[in-house]
Amino acid sequence: MSLRIVVCVKYVPDATGDRHFADDLTVDRDDVDGLLSELDEYAVEQALQIAEEADDAEITVLTVGPEDAKDALRKALSMGADKAVHVEDDDLHGSDVMATSLVLAKAVEKTGYDLVICGMASTDGTMGVLPAILAERLGVPQVTLLSEVSVEDGTVKGRRDGDTASEQLEASLPAVVSVTDQSGEARYPSFKGIMAAKKKPVESLELDDLDIDADEVGLEGSWTKVDSAAERPARTAGTIVKDEGEGGKQLAEFLASQKFI
Amino acid sequence: MAEVLVYVDHVDGAVRKPTLELLTLARRIGEPVAVALGAGAEATAATLAEHGAVKVLTADAPEFADYLVVPKVDALQAAHEAVSPAAVLVPSSAEGKEIAARLAVRIGSGIITDAVDLEAGDEGPVATQSAFAASFTTKSRVSKGTPVITVKPNSAPVEAAPAAGAVEALSVSFSEKATGTKVVSRTPRESTGRPELTEAAIVVSGGRGVNGAENFSIIEDLADSLGAAVGASRAAVDAGWYPHTNQVGQTGKSVSPQLYIASGISGAIQHRAGMQTSKTIVAINKDAEAPIFDLVDYGVVGDLFQVVPQLTEEIKSRKG
Repeated sequence: MSLRIVVCVKYVPDATGDRHFADDLTVDRDDVDGLLSELDEYAVEQALQIAEEADDAEITVLTVGPEDAKDALRKALSMGADKAVHVEDDDLHGSDVMATSLVLAKAVEKTGYDLVICGMASTDGTMGVLPAILAERLGVPQVTLLSEVSVEDGTVKGRRDGDTASEQLEASLPAVVSVTDQSGEARYPSFKGIMAAKKKPVESLELDDLDIDADEVGLEGSWTKVDSAAERPARTAGTIVKDEGEGGKQLAEFLASQKFI
Repeated sequence: MAEVLVYVDHVDGAVRKPTLELLTLARRIGEPVAVALGAGAEATAATLAEHGAVKVLTADAPEFADYLVVPKVDALQAAHEAVSPAAVLVPSSAEGKEIAARLAVRIGSGIITDAVDLEAGDEGPVATQSAFAASFTTKSRVSKGTPVITVKPNSAPVEAAPAAGAVEALSVSFSEKATGTKVVSRTPRESTGRPELTEAAIVVSGGRGVNGAENFSIIEDLADSLGAAVGASRAAVDAGWYPHTNQVGQTGKSVSPQLYIASGISGAIQHRAGMQTSKTIVAINKDAEAPIFDLVDYGVVGDLFQVVPQLTEEIKSRKG
């Protein structure tokens, strides 16, 4: 039986662009180019490697997001994923992590899965908790923040490098995995991959298809509320000196004046 | 007065500093009730009491060490049921965030992660967060259920506030899912003797300009002269010059020390995301156009191999 891998990815505003908030305090997506979150490329890469090791595997890449989020799916398909699922619905606008994870969980279940793979965090929201929430919602083991991962005989194994210790983890499938940027450089799509991706199936789903009511998602259905967002005031210009042989001593003088020495 | 649950991060009974900062914030909203789990849980009580914990709920079982995250979620959920708190505060470590998030799903509550400040509000606690590589500051609150909020290290001062700190055993029955992910082995990190990166008052970081693993001793010497932690940019880590656990930036640690010294770091957005909220920023870089100089309180344009050792010597002689 084929190993069914679902990779959850996010379409995010480019971190090198001038990101800001829209009037309703959601992430502004109009003025900054979007792309597949860099940290999700590592998830796609590990899915591809696990599939290459397995006798028979199928990789579905899944996203919840606006029309343009198809770009993120195409990128993952061009890297080598087999098919894609795009959950898109106007009512989703402004969904927080609880609302988004509800949609992802239902879509993962509808797709069918043995292994869900996520990146360690998105590059816009940066919470890093969605994989754990997904495992809770799906009722399957959480094997997260892995720098190394492998799947064999229905068991997922991996190394989790924490602040105080490095742990070897093990769980039975089905399971939810997340991988870090230490898990291995993501491949670039080949020309052949890019051409092939154009023909790969992308299924579109709406909330109705997942039996989710509009009031469970979006700004209204979210369980958190952003009251204000303010641009951080620019730091006041500091003193900059050119080292003429005394730069280290001048810096020590500054640190002393600030009571750090 | 309403009670506020505070999840305790400790190593064999030694309470880590971010938990004491959480007690300071918890006292702004209500009476802190601490939850300490695993080996040494009861030994945390004295320290927690000194910093304002009215009660310390403790539980120990092999499951806490042998299985990932879920046993701790089961225990925190039991504490939530026992106390019915006004909020649940958890340190923003990787594990802390996962515990908090799963608890929030179970109790039907919203979650806010990586708060850098917390105050009482008419509609519940208001959390301040940094967004988009710390270029924005947002104020948010949980609008459903018991607010579950994780707080970053260095977000509040540690304050003495003696309270009873009465130890009570917390009764935990583990869920069927608790043993889903087995921790097969655990290798503790070797201690460098330096402060923890995210908790340190001073961080000294090196980047591409350090130009080799062997040269990082210059950065370490400066750090040691100041009692600081050592950080590294992604470029330095990707080059294999310094361990990933020391990486500062979007995909590494996010730090907010009193003083941040960047040596040979250009200041790309990925790095700024992890250090922009530092109180005082100092940089040494040979490129006068490096974006890091837009952030600094004091910058030296020069060769770090000249400037840094001179700075280290000067600090040592001033400290005598």
